[in-house]
Amino acid sequence: MTAHLVFDEPDKRNRLDAMAQEVVGRPIDRSEGALKVSGRAVYAAEQATSLWSEKRAECLYGVFVRATVPLGRVASLASGEARAVPGVLEVLQDPRLVRHPAQGMARKSPPQDLSEVTYFGQPLALVVAESFEAAREAARLVRVEYETSAEAELDPAQAPSELPEKKQSAQGDLEAALREAAVSLDASYSTPSMAAAAMEPHAALAWWEGDRVTLCGAYQMVSQNAEELADALGIAPGKVRVLSPFIGGGFGSKLGIAPEAVAAAVAARTLGRPVMVTLARQQEFEIAHRRSETGQRVRLALDADGRLTGIGHEARVSNLAGESFSEPVQQATHFTYRGENRQIRHEVARVNLTCAGSVRAPGEAVGVTIFEMALDELAEKAGLDPLELRLRNIPEEDPETDKPFTSHMLAEALRDGADRFGWSDRRAPGERRQGEWLLGMGMASAVRVNMLHKARVRVTLTGEGARVESSMTDIGTGTYTILTQIVAEMLGLAPDRVRTILGDTDLPEGSGSGGSIGAASNGSAAFLACEEIRRQIAAQMGCPEEELTLKDGRATCGNRTRDLAELVTEPLSAEGHFEPGKALKGVRSSTWGAHFAEVAVNEITGEVRVRRMLGVFAAGRILNEKTARSQCLGGMTFGIGMALMEEMVHDRRFGQVVSRDLANYHIPAHADVPALEVHFLEERDSYGGTLQAKGIGELGICGSGAAVINAIHNACGVRVRDLPATPDKVLEGLCALGR
Amino acid sequence: MKDFAYLRASSCDEATTEALEPATRFLGGGTNLLDLMKLGIETPARLLDVNRLDLGVIEELDGGLRIGATVRNSDLAADPRVRRSYPVLSRALLAGASGQLRNMATTAGNLLQRTRCPYFYDTDMACNKRTPGAGCSAIGGFTRYHAILGASDACIATHPSDMAVAMAALEAVVEIEAPGGARRHVHLADFHRLPGDTPHIETCLEPGDLITAVILPAPAGERQIYRKIRDRASYAFALVSVAAVVRMEEGRIATARLAFGGLAHKPWRDAEVEACLEGEPPSDDLFDRAADRLLQRAWGQGENDFKIPLTRRILTAALREATGGMA
Repeated sequence: MTAHLVFDEPDKRNRLDAMAQEVVGRPIDRSEGALKVSGRAVYAAEQATSLWSEKRAECLYGVFVRATVPLGRVASLASGEARAVPGVLEVLQDPRLVRHPAQGMARKSPPQDLSEVTYFGQPLALVVAESFEAAREAARLVRVEYETSAEAELDPAQAPSELPEKKQSAQGDLEAALREAAVSLDASYSTPSMAAAAMEPHAALAWWEGDRVTLCGAYQMVSQNAEELADALGIAPGKVRVLSPFIGGGFGSKLGIAPEAVAAAVAARTLGRPVMVTLARQQEFEIAHRRSETGQRVRLALDADGRLTGIGHEARVSNLAGESFSEPVQQATHFTYRGENRQIRHEVARVNLTCAGSVRAPGEAVGVTIFEMALDELAEKAGLDPLELRLRNIPEEDPETDKPFTSHMLAEALRDGADRFGWSDRRAPGERRQGEWLLGMGMASAVRVNMLHKARVRVTLTGEGARVESSMTDIGTGTYTILTQIVAEMLGLAPDRVRTILGDTDLPEGSGSGGSIGAASNGSAAFLACEEIRRQIAAQMGCPEEELTLKDGRATCGNRTRDLAELVTEPLSAEGHFEPGKALKGVRSSTWGAHFAEVAVNEITGEVRVRRMLGVFAAGRILNEKTARSQCLGGMTFGIGMALMEEMVHDRRFGQVVSRDLANYHIPAHADVPALEVHFLEERDSYGGTLQAKGIGELGICGSGAAVINAIHNACGVRVRDLPATPDKVLEGLCALGR
Repeated sequence: MKDFAYLRASSCDEATTEALEPATRFLGGGTNLLDLMKLGIETPARLLDVNRLDLGVIEELDGGLRIGATVRNSDLAADPRVRRSYPVLSRALLAGASGQLRNMATTAGNLLQRTRCPYFYDTDMACNKRTPGAGCSAIGGFTRYHAILGASDACIATHPSDMAVAMAALEAVVEIEAPGGARRHVHLADFHRLPGDTPHIETCLEPGDLITAVILPAPAGERQIYRKIRDRASYAFALVSVAAVVRMEEGRIATARLAFGGLAHKPWRDAEVEACLEGEPPSDDLFDRAADRLLQRAWGQGENDFKIPLTRRILTAALREATGGMA
């Protein structure tokens, strides 16, 4: 049976609230947690060697040969020395191999033909050997000569650029608003390239059975990835199966099929044996998508009442030529604050650097962060409390389209956060001190657009329990757990009686993980499947589905109760198909929150240490308070990273990534992350699918870095406009202030 | 990775003799060497494991300490005698690497670790350390972490150790056994070399030489400070670090031993700077003059220019603290 819902109308039923099992929302542990901490959750790179792997295979290993120019054509590739390394079977050059990962949801192959080099570090060929070590050694011995006809573009600030028509917008007269403003701001900011830096590298094991290929990979969107892989290989999508049951973090870098997967599949076909290709950490930085650096200019006009009358937000980002993705910096600027006169300018420079793509909340992560830094400067100029400035400028409806908001929790989050954090204790810069350390507080709003995606989930109920199946993935976010909870709730089962199976393209097509779409989209599909099964049970019980109560494995209608074990003699199965429809067309849907941070700035060295952070978030129904909290903790942590240390550096002469391991690309580790506090404002957003839920995965990083940067100013009076705020930049500011 | 032979030395004599064979490297904790081998930067034909030699003890010697070459960094940092009499060393060790690395890394291995210059780490970039005469691709590149003192046109790399900086300020001595069994002692400050035009030669060790111990002289009641400025609180190499070992007598600085990390190809000591402090009553003016001397030949690459004012500030702060709590 199929239960298909086109989401044309908001769902105001709040059915989950009427269910009896009372497991949705509870902070239960991850259902796959024990597997992960005991090593039994087999990740892609372990598929060939793990004792726990079902795929243990006599497999070959592939390592990429790396381009050492940023632009050119391969004139010759001499593999004699490499082939002489014992154990080396092949140095594979094949027109099907791809240069860089596909963009998320591309459903087609990324650019092929490795003889054209478009960035330093691009794969040129795959060395395949009996051992990883032999392949790696041989890959270094391949001699490549290049022809270059043009100068590579390595400086995003100087490279030729485009102004994509659809990404520009204007209303009213911003220049006039700025002229007439009581207080105005015109400031330029920058953020560097950033790496996804997932703990698990890209890895893929491929093998063929006849004309059908199976790929165990590390992917966020396996159904889309299967189509991308099929397109690259030139075979029908039905001939590709992708398995990705456990993923060690994606952060966007595993959205689209990537070079290692295509190479493993091609090599396995060519050599007739399973082939494993794993990216080394350095290649992870060179090949996986980066978040584009941004240059941003923010112009703000404020009237005498502290109301914004004008907002200008310009951004310059970069990508390879021909890539349609450009970091959507201003995504939330369109609707977060009021102001009649608005202008968005979005410029894309064409460079020969690592391909840019989606990384952790593309758009808002850097766009909201910079905008919230600018607001802090404006508040200071206007003599307004930064919190008050935000509260005065929350619009009633989308200020550009006049569409109503599906829910608007920003003011509540700001007020709640300020109370909990003790914002009223904030002092002027330089007034709070502990020895050499100056203390300060900062805040910022959190905003992230909310989206839904089509998703299919199958639920099968037997007398023993339920099975949930979808090609949806769990990239560490908690999908296994929340789908288990939703089905347990709807079918009246203890969560341990529900088994969720994900990350297999042979299963009904889930949405995949990305853009915070997973929980609400796939959760809605699981809900629909469960409603269908409830109807079947109700029919057997002889009552309307609405009157059926399922709890602890028993079905109750009126005064009749029966055990499901006895009632369900044949498995009851249903597929829920959820499809976004007209419901979200006429409204603006977003998640909301507020960040507060306290930092200490060393007045001698310019070092910054975050002392505490607090976030308040609203994202509709919270499906599991623990996994949702973990998502927000992660986002806030990466906000610390963006504010203080993350910076992917390309050499401006040669184009290679300089910071290409985790010793040089700094992300916050334990000593950098203080006690973080997360609070949720529970709401029911009837536009959030059948669960009244919205995505929570990316909200935590949106704006959190700004709270840190703004706190630095409050501590010591230094404004850092070019992230990250490393000690040298803070020190420069301290020196300029005569400290 | 290139194939290599693995051998275990059963005596120092055997170790030094075997090490005379070409392309032989001693293996201690392996925390740096094995990484470099995976990356194709180090390509030894033979690894000679010295972990089973009897070099893993810390013993008292003439009022000081003799630290065996294979004593682990975490054990050294936690040793009660080190914590009591050489706190600068304990603090420096704990400011370096991560808990996991310190559990493996050895005393001698720490001294012999290679620079973290990213151009040294990329075998497709020219590097005079990897290939003498190839040129230095770091110069003109990303130089935020590079040297401001003692660098050359051939190399601007820094030595990454925290431990060695503290040992330099403590006037430690490196005990070295040569093939044939002769032992000699080299001051830590003279152990590492400046790059000059031979940056691939990093220490005074001769072929076959084995570090057997590091000897710390008896403490003389000095105040000891270690400060490290870093890009993050967890696992990060020093932008600048300073070890200050200072003894006061009647309101004057009797002795001042200062060593700096993150500034040069070796733990940096400057006898002139120390001499200008000794015998003087502490004052910010004096500290400024010391900083002037220290930095008179400092030369930045642009991105690392900030190290110059940063060093001045951290030197002043360390001296204030070491000379009587004017912090």
